[in-house]
Amino acid sequence: MGFPATIREDFPILRVRVNGKPLVYLDSANTSQKPRQVIEALVRYYEEYNANIHRGVYSIAERATAEYEAARAKAARFVGAHDAAEIVFTRNITEALNLIAHSWGRRHVGPGDEILTTEMEHHSNLVPWQLLAQERGARLRHIPFDDRGCLILDDLERLITDRTKIVALVHVSNAFGTVNPVAEIARAAHAVGAVVVVDGAQSTPHRPVDVRALGVDFFGFTGHKMLAPMGIGGLWARRALLEEMDPFLGGGEMISDVWLDRATWNEVPWKFEAGTQNVGDAIALGAAIEYLERLGMDAVAAHEREITAYALGRLGEVPGLHLMGPGVDERGGVVSFWMDGIHPHDVAQVLDTDGVCVRAGHHCTKPLHRKLGIGASVRASFYVYTIKEEIDVLARSLLRTRELFSVAR
Amino acid sequence: MSLDDLYREVILDHYSHPRNRGVVDPADVMREGANPLCGDEIRVSLRVRDGIVEDVRFEGKGCSISQASTSMMTELVKGKRVEEVGGLIAAFKAMMHGEPPGDDLGDLEALQGVRKFPVRVKCATLGWVTLEGALDELADTRGPARGT
Repeated sequence: MGFPATIREDFPILRVRVNGKPLVYLDSANTSQKPRQVIEALVRYYEEYNANIHRGVYSIAERATAEYEAARAKAARFVGAHDAAEIVFTRNITEALNLIAHSWGRRHVGPGDEILTTEMEHHSNLVPWQLLAQERGARLRHIPFDDRGCLILDDLERLITDRTKIVALVHVSNAFGTVNPVAEIARAAHAVGAVVVVDGAQSTPHRPVDVRALGVDFFGFTGHKMLAPMGIGGLWARRALLEEMDPFLGGGEMISDVWLDRATWNEVPWKFEAGTQNVGDAIALGAAIEYLERLGMDAVAAHEREITAYALGRLGEVPGLHLMGPGVDERGGVVSFWMDGIHPHDVAQVLDTDGVCVRAGHHCTKPLHRKLGIGASVRASFYVYTIKEEIDVLARSLLRTRELFSVAR
Repeated sequence: MSLDDLYREVILDHYSHPRNRGVVDPADVMREGANPLCGDEIRVSLRVRDGIVEDVRFEGKGCSISQASTSMMTELVKGKRVEEVGGLIAAFKAMMHGEPPGDDLGDLEALQGVRKFPVRVKCATLGWVTLEGALDELADTRGPARGT
């Protein structure tokens, strides 16, 4: 099944022409485009009830507070949480992961303890743990991936030990597109008492997410990849964990009471929301979630599966093109590849002249690319508004790229 | 924006047939440069005798622009005096920032088109910045005045 082409009318940017050609936006894993319903929610906030939250007694401040908290409840429902207080708004997943490393990690990780991640992590799910490990004298370990871009779980029992305190992994790889068996890994982690942290950047926008069914402890998501503006994201965590964790940033709104020499903390989740929050974008995130719920996340996943299968087929026909990652059954809406004798930057540059937007580079997964022995790759990624005709434009443009660089081979 | 402005024939030629690839042996200095944005890495090694760049080579991975620019750079600076090379580095950087190219840059004027693609300017200058760092490193160890 696919969405009707009328869905594209909701996205004003898709009317834009680039270099005289229709925009073919195939970089949604980087950031998604925004439907007019989300843009309007943002404009409505600024035009009708822009006010700070949790403090004004006047009507527009109360409306802003109510809409902000309603967005939190929508986010909770969207990821399968039972309690809106388990959602902490953050700028993005990077901030969510740093929050966990700081507020849970510093208290629970000590010398000789182990933090387990994977070789396919985004830098945002590597560097915070590196910093924590350096500070606490802990050891980093990594689940390897195989030549299909899937995690090798044969040695999981050896990698998860009674010293393991944190297992942090990506739900859907932003480079391979691999959907990782999070529930299985979470069971193994919990057997030794470790907490499980999941980077949901590429899963939350594209498929139904149920943090309870996944059986994890922390789950990060980011708004700008799921139709919302940049600068708003969130962390879901089990309430008991949030309750016992130390604050992250100190300041206004995160306190219960303050003296000159000490303070006590607000309740969760506000304990973790210091300072003036990104109210407008949080409300717009709520509108994005409603938009996705109207489409239905099962339908979103089915649409992307169809587009991804089509893309794997069409790109597979391009001579000298090497696809990365597993088959469509184990993959989200991401197709990365490299081409013989043509650097990914050059590929992306030529595609741009046909109006095609793709990512070229290491996609913030340098260790992954290093292991593959390539510096960079090209990535095409899809969303609810992607149509097969755009994949055809991509395939034709790649053939043109080959032609242009034929002298260089 | 035309691709022909970017991918001039001389650039594609240097990309497919890079000159002076490899490592100078023995080298006086070897310097690594990287473009963290795209993950490109380059190594430039050189030997300087009597103030003259006797040999210069490069290796590493990169896009057509970075590879071609570095390849042309090695051709241009080989056999030139260190002070002269410093002037060429400045001239190339100036060209990439909008100045008209001087005659002394030769074929490198082909890289002017890169200016229309601002994100690629770093690709074009990667080899040059790395060479500049190598010469600075050499001056630090030998002393700039001696130039030997």
